[in-house]
Amino acid sequence: MIILGIETSCDETAVSVCMDGKILSNIVGSQLIHSNFGGVVPEVASREHERLLNDLTVKAIDSAKISINVIDGIAVTNGPGLAGALLTGVSFAKGLAIGLGIEIVSINHLEAHIIANLLDRDDINYPFLCLLVSGGHTQLWLIKKMDDYTLLGETRDDAAGEAFDKGARILGLGYPGGPEIEKCAQFGDSNLVKFPRAFINSRTIEFSFSGLKTSLLYYMDSFQETNECTLNDVAASYQSAIIDCLVAKMKLATKLTSVNTISIAGGVAKNKFLRQSIDKNLSDKNIIFPDLKYCTDNAAMISYLGEKKFQMGKKTNLDFSIKPNFKNNLD
Amino acid sequence: MEIECNSVEETQKFAFEFSKNIEMGSIISLNGDLGAGKTTFAQGFARGMGIKQHVGSPTFKLVSEYHGENMKLFHVDCYRLSGINDFLNMGGENLLLSESGVCLFEWASIIEGVLPINTIIIDFIRFKDNSNKRLIKISGTD
Repeated sequence: MIILGIETSCDETAVSVCMDGKILSNIVGSQLIHSNFGGVVPEVASREHERLLNDLTVKAIDSAKISINVIDGIAVTNGPGLAGALLTGVSFAKGLAIGLGIEIVSINHLEAHIIANLLDRDDINYPFLCLLVSGGHTQLWLIKKMDDYTLLGETRDDAAGEAFDKGARILGLGYPGGPEIEKCAQFGDSNLVKFPRAFINSRTIEFSFSGLKTSLLYYMDSFQETNECTLNDVAASYQSAIIDCLVAKMKLATKLTSVNTISIAGGVAKNKFLRQSIDKNLSDKNIIFPDLKYCTDNAAMISYLGEKKFQMGKKTNLDFSIKPNFKNNLD
Repeated sequence: MEIECNSVEETQKFAFEFSKNIEMGSIISLNGDLGAGKTTFAQGFARGMGIKQHVGSPTFKLVSEYHGENMKLFHVDCYRLSGINDFLNMGGENLLLSESGVCLFEWASIIEGVLPINTIIIDFIRFKDNSNKRLIKISGTD
């Protein structure tokens, strides 16, 4: 099967072609803007989706070395995300499906992030656990099988990726904050400053990072860099507080569910200290790390999951709508 | 109006009560630096509207929509926007004209120029010597 995947849930416009479980092309808008327009990538660009979608689709089809007429179906993200952004992608996808006379399937963005773990891997068995951790989400999922997901717990306030970004701002570092903190942290001592780790010893799966952010804020109010305590030390200690919470709950989830295969997904899943800590603390488990290019928003995961859905006989009636809000399930 | 809150719970309780007097179509601007209590206020406010879902920070999602007992709540965060153009690019004008609910804007100073004249403005001030204390100042209401 050849499936075209379209993703416009938030900042990134992306189009991909998947054939028989293999990604033939995976184009994201920020690349196109860099190479074709030479301009600055806007951070927030809902209406940019409109401008980019056509060019990106042509490029994705060309790079896949296929003709538009051989596409069997279209997969498109319909939520969660920003309403205007989602609507652009969904309307474009519907128009294309009608024009080509092919089927369409709507895709949940979060489910696609989780299932992206299966891409290029045939050694993953259900059930598995997935920590979905990005700027907008911090959730732990139990994946019993395709289409059977249980949300084990999530953040009460800020997402982990947001804690990284806002922490970086408080520390006076650049944007995006995650990579900046990671960069400083490799030269710092992560045990030097004691930051709070919310819920770390609780028997429930939940996260909270807003208190940690506030704690950094008050710490920095009176911070003077010395040889004994550098900004790198503070960054390393702050990062380690976030990672400790994430890993502790992954550990708890393996205990509570007796599931021994764990994975991570989302932008924060790129962080190498998180990967190291998981390797160290869950060394007796089967650990799956997704390819870095599938961690941040992309359409490969949409076309890939779309093909799986079509193979299961799923398709969506053309009158489907967008679902901007997350409602504790992946429908 | 000014009120002093000495804990997260006090801020939430105040926001809970405050939400009871807010009319459909109201726009509320929450101003204050990182960690000043804007999202905490939004959490209490949402509870007061009968929203049971977790209310998290909308920084990355830009807009979170919730269904209260009588009306919707749009929790918006302008933190990542570089100005009014970005706001309009994300379809923000629909939020300002929404007749189905109330809008809470974090970091609204970034889009000050397009906020309506009857916007309720709430400033959050934190104190360096007391991490629990917040001063909340409300203007733009009768």
